[in-house]
Amino acid sequence: MPTILYFAAVRECVGRDSETVDPPASVATLSDLVDWLASQSDAHAAAFADRTRLRAAIDQQFAAPDASIAGAREIALFPPVTGG
Amino acid sequence: MIRVALSAEPIDPAALMARPTPVGTGATASFTGIARADDGVTTLEIEAYPAMAEAAFARHAQSAIDRWQLLGVDLVHRAGSVRPGEPVVHVAAHAAHRAPALEACAYLIDAVKSEAPLWKREWRGAAADWVAPREADAAALARWQTSAPD
Repeated sequence: MPTILYFAAVRECVGRDSETVDPPASVATLSDLVDWLASQSDAHAAAFADRTRLRAAIDQQFAAPDASIAGAREIALFPPVTGG
Repeated sequence: MIRVALSAEPIDPAALMARPTPVGTGATASFTGIARADDGVTTLEIEAYPAMAEAAFARHAQSAIDRWQLLGVDLVHRAGSVRPGEPVVHVAAHAAHRAPALEACAYLIDAVKSEAPLWKREWRGAAADWVAPREADAAALARWQTSAPD
């Protein structure tokens, strides 16, 4: 069961900074996971409404929406980065 | 020599630059990004994904060392609340000669801006706004993917 981390505006919208989830076996990719999370609450749905403004990392590596989440321990969802 | 850190404490660029340079260094190029007081900003807050941010700094430092044959990279980025006028990020590239040091320094700050998990929020009194990413930052990094070093 992966831990999901949220950062910045996504964290504020979801209303928590992390959660451990147990998605069904049909959830295979990051995109599937976001779809499933969005079905869990209105806050999640609002946080992920604009997928063009959503980025992700699997086990601390940036990952694309079609990346497999099989075996992932830590999945982070966040807006485009703005450091520097 | 790679020295990278995400710092909750204020950055002192002079102290960082006073540290010994790697053996053989003939050129050190540095960049310090400083929080501006744009449109009445009172505090710049920087949120980080700490473990991934430090891993990203180390990865970018190593890629710069490999590409420009650097002797070392220093990279420190603030997390937490930064006041206008205070440093947000400090980068230094150490090389035998100036051209690789200057190019690598520019590459490193472009890479940090677009590929490290950090998010800025501007506070104006009690009002807060997340900073939107700039197209120009992604374009600045993309140009390193097409221009080979000399």
